[in-house]
Amino acid sequence: MLRLDNIHTHYGPIEALKGVSLNIDKGEIVTLIGANGAGKTTLLMTVCGEPRASSGTVTWKGNDITQKETSEIMRTGLAVVPEGRRVFSGMTVEENLAMGGFFNYTNYDERLAHVLELFPRLKERYSQRAGTMSGGEQQMLAIGRAMMSNPELLILDEPSLGLAPIIINQIFEIIDQLRKEGTTIFLVEQNANQALRLADRGYVIEHGHIVLEDTGDNLLVNEDVRKAYLGG
Amino acid sequence: MSRVTSAFVAALITLILGGFLLGLSLTSEGINLVVGPSTPGKITFLFVGVAIVFVLQYFREHVGRFTTHMRSDQRMELPSFLRSSQQQRIWTMFVIIGLLLFPFLSSRGAVDIATLTLIYVMLGLGLNVVVGLAGLLDLGYVGFYAVGAYTYALLNMYFGVSFWVALPIAGGLAALFGFLLGFPVLRLRGDYLAIVTLGFGEIIRILLNNWTDLTGGPNGIARIPKPTLFGLEFSRRPSEEGATTFHEFFGISYSSEYKVIFLYLMALLLVLLTVYVIRRLIRMPIGRAWEALREDEIACRALGLNPTMIKLGAFTIGASFAGFAGSFFAARQGFISPESFTFIESAIILAIVVLGGMGSQLGVILAAIAMTVLPELAREFDEYRMLLFGLMMVLMMIWRPQGLLPMKRPHMELKRD
Repeated sequence: MLRLDNIHTHYGPIEALKGVSLNIDKGEIVTLIGANGAGKTTLLMTVCGEPRASSGTVTWKGNDITQKETSEIMRTGLAVVPEGRRVFSGMTVEENLAMGGFFNYTNYDERLAHVLELFPRLKERYSQRAGTMSGGEQQMLAIGRAMMSNPELLILDEPSLGLAPIIINQIFEIIDQLRKEGTTIFLVEQNANQALRLADRGYVIEHGHIVLEDTGDNLLVNEDVRKAYLGG
Repeated sequence: MSRVTSAFVAALITLILGGFLLGLSLTSEGINLVVGPSTPGKITFLFVGVAIVFVLQYFREHVGRFTTHMRSDQRMELPSFLRSSQQQRIWTMFVIIGLLLFPFLSSRGAVDIATLTLIYVMLGLGLNVVVGLAGLLDLGYVGFYAVGAYTYALLNMYFGVSFWVALPIAGGLAALFGFLLGFPVLRLRGDYLAIVTLGFGEIIRILLNNWTDLTGGPNGIARIPKPTLFGLEFSRRPSEEGATTFHEFFGISYSSEYKVIFLYLMALLLVLLTVYVIRRLIRMPIGRAWEALREDEIACRALGLNPTMIKLGAFTIGASFAGFAGSFFAARQGFISPESFTFIESAIILAIVVLGGMGSQLGVILAAIAMTVLPELAREFDEYRMLLFGLMMVLMMIWRPQGLLPMKRPHMELKRD
């Protein structure tokens, strides 16, 4: 579905991705784990077209999107939950969700009802300003907002960032639920343990290279991965 | 620093600053200017002021408690009778009728000031789109105002275009300039954006000032005709052979007041139109997109919004209202020169938006009234006018940093039953 071939990405003279290839099939949860600065977010952003890959190709549903505008890419069934949630804090939950469905008005009410069903908390907070909600609620809103565009592929950048363990569990349950409903999920996480438990397949990125690729279960028991990311 | 020292320092600063303003006077002896002490009255005034500052600083904590108390108590909100939408509509009707009747019930001078106020309301509302809604700090807004004014003045001078034809052209041309300015500044934000737009406003003014062949330079353009009512002029005698004037057509005696009232009503019409259009825009997806962009640009991109188009839209639409206001201004004044479009105008319009509460239409309207009517009322205070103005700003900062009526975005209310 989404395919990266030998992607190189530069920030000025610094090469952040040094020939990354990966591949996500329909209906699976793929996770990308790695340390700080390994290139996780860069990889994600490259898919979205900013920064643009300096070489290699990104293929999405059979089309080459490497050179497309971010705004165009984001309207083709791809949705991103950006790192750090980034909800519109001055706007209400309702308005935030409406922004998510900005370009896709078909079945708007249905999708809104569905999102509120997935996140009952958002229904309680419906006309509250997003900035006044807790971190977990904001994360739910960010995911809900992304789901409002009815995406085929949902990309999550560190959804567990700064959240309490119990909330993290809830978020991961919801991610699992979304997959069961047929959304493909690309999960970028530092919380390797939980991410790998949930994922069908996983990639490990180090210094801009993909160093390992295997099923989630295999990576969980892999000696190197355990040492590097799971605390031995 | 102890209370005494800090109070003493504050009083000393007041003395130094006030000493130059109040304590000294300039008198001319022959051709020389002589600096001498001013009248005893003014000096007493100065020392009273110094004493007040000392006391206030000394008891600052108490004063502070008093002001914070005021802040928590003085929640200025719309009075309850204005909250439901139906009542709002009724009150709006009343206000509009009142505004329509106003010129017939008051003096000529009052109507004139009201017309000026309405121009500022229009400018404030236009800039509100750019600054208040889209969050793009624009310090060169007066440039678009100038474009609008000169569009009408020049088109009329060279091609004899009438006001009503020039009005949409002025709006369109100002919008085009807004669009053109939008391109280079898209990548900038905050302070950098402010500086570039400031520069743009100055470029337009300096261009108008120096392009003497076309614009008459600092001499400006005079004898710009007033707007007509379906071809009826408001002058004593028609400017061309065979044309009819307003009073002849209706068979009433000539009065120069008709013209003033007509201009007022026209300005009112333009303002009502502006309010209506912007209200609609805020409720449309583009309005929500402006706000979202102001809040978080990265999140907007993640949702597939194109910040370029949204920003350009805000600049273009905001500028077009300045264009309309500009051409009306030119028609009302009958004379324009680059002097009318200096940076201070931009600053005043921006002050209106900030004072009113960013993004709030009602707030901007109130602030525009305050900013134009108060200086007129305070005319007797003459040289202390700016002082009062500054005082008002400082008090605003203490008590209502979010503006007179902070924006409440339109949203649906769930029915509670």
